[in-house]
This record gives sequence, C-alpha cells and structure tokens, in this order.
Amino acid sequence: MSPVMPTNKFAWLLKREFWEYRGAFLWTPVITGMVMLALVVFGLVVAEHTASRAGVNLNGINFNEISAHLNEGNAAKLHAGLTIGMLSLGFPIGVALFFVLFIYGIGALYNDRADRSVLFWKSLPISDTETVLAKVVAMAVIAPALAVAAMIALHLGFLVLTSLWVLAHGINPMLLWAPGNLLALWAKLILLIPINALWAMPSIGWLLLCSSFARSKPFLWAVALPVVTGVLISMVHLMNSLSLPSGWFWRNVVGRLLFSIIPGTWVDAADLRSFDHEDRLPEALNSLLSVDTLGHLLSSPNFLIGVAAGAAMIAAAIYFRRKRTESYA
Amino acid sequence: MTVDNAATGNTAPIVRARGLSKRYGTTMALDHVDLQIAPGRIVGLIGPNGAGKTTALKAILGLTEFDGELSVLGLDPRTHRTELMQQVCFIADVAVLPRWLRVGEAVDFVAGVHPRFSREKCMGLLARTKVQPTQRVRELSKGMIVQLHLALVMVIDAKLLVLDEPTLGLDILYRKEFYETLLNDYFDHEKTILVTTHQVEEIERILTDLIFIRDGRIVLDASMDAVGERYAEVMVAPDKTDAARALKPLSERQVFGKSIFLFDGIDHARLAALGDLHKPSVADLFVATMKGTYA
Repeated sequence: MSPVMPTNKFAWLLKREFWEYRGAFLWTPVITGMVMLALVVFGLVVAEHTASRAGVNLNGINFNEISAHLNEGNAAKLHAGLTIGMLSLGFPIGVALFFVLFIYGIGALYNDRADRSVLFWKSLPISDTETVLAKVVAMAVIAPALAVAAMIALHLGFLVLTSLWVLAHGINPMLLWAPGNLLALWAKLILLIPINALWAMPSIGWLLLCSSFARSKPFLWAVALPVVTGVLISMVHLMNSLSLPSGWFWRNVVGRLLFSIIPGTWVDAADLRSFDHEDRLPEALNSLLSVDTLGHLLSSPNFLIGVAAGAAMIAAAIYFRRKRTESYA
Repeated sequence: MTVDNAATGNTAPIVRARGLSKRYGTTMALDHVDLQIAPGRIVGLIGPNGAGKTTALKAILGLTEFDGELSVLGLDPRTHRTELMQQVCFIADVAVLPRWLRVGEAVDFVAGVHPRFSREKCMGLLARTKVQPTQRVRELSKGMIVQLHLALVMVIDAKLLVLDEPTLGLDILYRKEFYETLLNDYFDHEKTILVTTHQVEEIERILTDLIFIRDGRIVLDASMDAVGERYAEVMVAPDKTDAARALKPLSERQVFGKSIFLFDGIDHARLAALGDLHKPSVADLFVATMKGTYA
C-alpha cells in the first residue's frame, strides 16, 4: 500500500474540476478571444474600405511622417494607448470569466447532489474540506489563469494583425512593439491573479455557500437573498428616512457578494479619471497597478473584511457539504 | 485490524451499533438498533420501503448524523469518514456515476485518490465488458454503468463493501453477472459485504447472515444456518391442518389444495409428523415476518 500523498490527491481533485468544466474554463476564454480577433480583422477591413472609398491615401506620407516625428514622448503615448487598447480588447474575456465563475460557483456543490453522483464522490477517501477547497482554487486560480493566458494570446494576435496591417502600408511594424511594456503588462496581469482572487473571496464564498446549502434552486438563493434584502433596506430608507445606509449596502454587500469575481472590480473609479487626459496616459497606466495603489487596496477594510467574510462562507460551505448528502429537489 | 480474522474466528466486529437511533421529524427511522457484523460475512439487510435500511447504511458510511453508539472498523463514522473510506467501499444505488465523466478519467481519478485501488485489476475487469475508456458515462447503458462502477469499486482492497440496492433496474443478465463477479472476484474471508435489496430471491444463496428491519427496529438477526434450524415450512395434508394451526404458525398459505405452514422455533421432529418439511425461502420468511407492515 502506497502512502497517501495529500498534495497529489489535491492535484487530482483540481484535474477533476478541469475535466468537468473544460468547456467553461478553457474554451470560453479562447473562443471569446478569437471573436475579438475576428472583430479586429473586421475593423481593419472596414477601415481600408472606408479609406479607399473616401479617397484617402493611407499609403506613404501621413504615416511615414508620423513615424518620422515619433519622438520618445509620443512613442510612450502610442504604447500606452496600445496597452490600453489591448487591455480593453481583453475585457470581454474578463466578462466571460464572470459568467463562467458565476455558473460554476452556483453548481459546484449542488449539481452532484441533484444527480446523486455525490454518493460516488463520497465513497472515496476525500474529505469535504478538500473537495470544497479544490473548488475554491478552481474559481480563484485555475479559471482566471486560463483567462489571462487567453488574454496574452489575444494581445499577441492583435499585435501581429496590426503589424501586418501597418506593414502593408509601408510602415515599420516594430514601432508597435515595445517588449518592455508588453512584459510589464503581462507580468501585471499574472500578478493580479492572486489580488483578484483575494478580492473575489466574498463572491466565491457566497456562491459556494449557496451551492452547498440550497436543497433546491441555488441560483435563487444566491441572487434573490441579497437583492431582496437590498430592496427592503432601500424601501425602509425611502419611507421613513431612517438613516439605513442603502447605497452602502448595495455597493458593499450585494455588489461584493455577486460581482467581485469580475477581475479588476477593485479598481477605484477615482483612479480612472486620470485616463481622461491623454498626456498623462503612461503615468496613469503605471499608477493603476503600482505598489502604492496595491498597498492601499490590500490594507483597506473593504478588502480585508471581504477576505475574512469569504473565508467564513467557505467554512460554512464545507459544513453544509458534510450535512447535505442529497438534494431534495 | 490486520490480524487474520477468519483464523481467530471471533475478532472485533466490523460494525458494532448500540442504541443507534435516527429521527426524521416525528418518525423514528432507526429506533435503538443494536447490531454486530462479524468479519468475513455476507449480510443481507432486508426490510420493506421506509423501514430504515438506507438510513442504517448512511449512518455506517458517515453520511448522516445519528444518536447512539456506532463504530465501523473501530472508527466513529461521523468524525473519521475520510479514514474510513480507505477501508470501506460502497455502491449506493446504481447509476450515480457522474454523467460527464469519461471512463478513462474515472479510472485515473480513483487510482489517484485511493491508495488501495488496483489499476491493473480494474482494466482487467473492464476488458471483459464493452465499456471503452474514451466513452462518457452518459453514453453507457445502465448495465454498462454498473459494470464500470463495479470495476472501480471491486478492485479496491477494502474491509467492508456496502451495497444499497446494487441491481435496481437492471435486467436479469446483468444481475446474475453482478453477483457472480461479487462472489468470484471480490469476496474472500477477510472481506465483509453488507447488502440491501428488494430482490431477495437473488441473494439468498450467497448470504451468510440475515437481518430483517421493520419500522426502524431489527426483527430478525441470525445466520442463515440458524434461520434453517429455527424456521421450517411444512406442507400439511387437509386432515392435519387443525393440528398444525394449534402449533401457532407464523403464516399459512394454500398451494394446489394443500396448506403450507411456516413455523418459528418448533421442534422439527414434531413438524415432520404433519407433513413434508422444507427450509423456508427468505422471501416467504420475509413476507410472514412483515405481515401487516403497510396495513
């Protein structure tokens, strides 16, 4: 008899999550990325077509002049613009990740009770804690990491396509490539996975708790409970102007429970205002993911209380995983 | 626990319950059940619907809370479920394998998480079926799912195998094969099998022990040998039926104009005077014992 190796066992649990949700975790971001690339191609074709119809000669002079006058500051602006372009190009992958995680979280500890296959999983020497933690890791790390990989592939695809396009117009495509910027962007995206994961803890915990707790209709529990509570608080707030903080509740409870799994929702709206000024674009981009900003985030009560609440809800999900063997739907 | 159980004969029981109770609302699913299951036995837990069979199995497998004392392989299933599942296997009903799972993935996964699983034996069992490694469970027929489930579970070197209605909804070919595989490939004197089923006739030849449960209580707990000594069925000619009734039979039924009486604990020599003696079938014994359950 070989000794039990817990880490190895956990790896098998993660593999199982990937097997079951291969379509959601892998193919959703890949296909979303491919759709975005198709849109880029479409955009370039339309640009060519419109330009030729309007009689604008894209070849030669204009672009060459631009590139000739591209000094250091302008190049930085161009690259910052490209970076922002690539970030926004990847945004739909982030939105898709939200839907993937939401659907996954709701079903993770419910579906196998509904179809009774939980009885098979429970016949194996796996603790409920291990089972639930594997699902937490799937939501916090595996799905986001695959989404980031798809974003990086999308960025590369975008740069290759636009390079080909400018090359066709006789411009040196190397102007578009700033390896330092690219690596910095990708490093940040990768480093943000753990930050996003910690920020997402209240949502991950809440969805898994509903999935583990509900005897039927986990989706209704997950959505209706916070929303109805919010509506009630808002109504009381309107009726007798008791100073119940309804806006605060929507933002910090409902929002955090349901939407924290959208990557980057921790970015303060105030920080985005500096993006309005074209001149400060490079600095704004740097400050967005700077040590200062992140330090500020990591020490904020919103963040810390969220992590603690998430951990508590995960513990509750483990408790109900033990109690509820079968759904009674 | 690694001592040779069969040689010593009466080592620690595999399952020991004392005052095991479980209440659902106002009904007692299990009502102070006392129970011992010795190693190396094949025990049939038989009872009508709602008698508490599944609740008892769930308690043994650590899938439900309960009152009273229960130890399985010396462990409390409530607190040591994960350790217990290294030594205990169960098939709870057929067709509970996840439908999205591929056969090959199922084998890999169980091999990865279960230290007592033998991949070679599992592949050997699967090779005797039409189940293919690339197939998903949802592409398999119900019988094939059972073959897969058996191939996954029977190759685990476990001390206790619990089967809850393992052949429900299967046709006769698969049912036969199921019990043959169970006896030939799995069972040995160091293993214990606890099985519930409604198809009593099919398992009565393989059982070593019989437990009848009714309304959450054990109404019969005996070895098959003891059952044969204690109970007897007598085919009585019409002129002797009054004499037979005087001995207070458990039940009486008519077959081809003759009366068949089932007796509990009456000296077999006395009964032989009334007519032909038979060992009662478990099914007849069950019907006689459970009389009035649904009334």
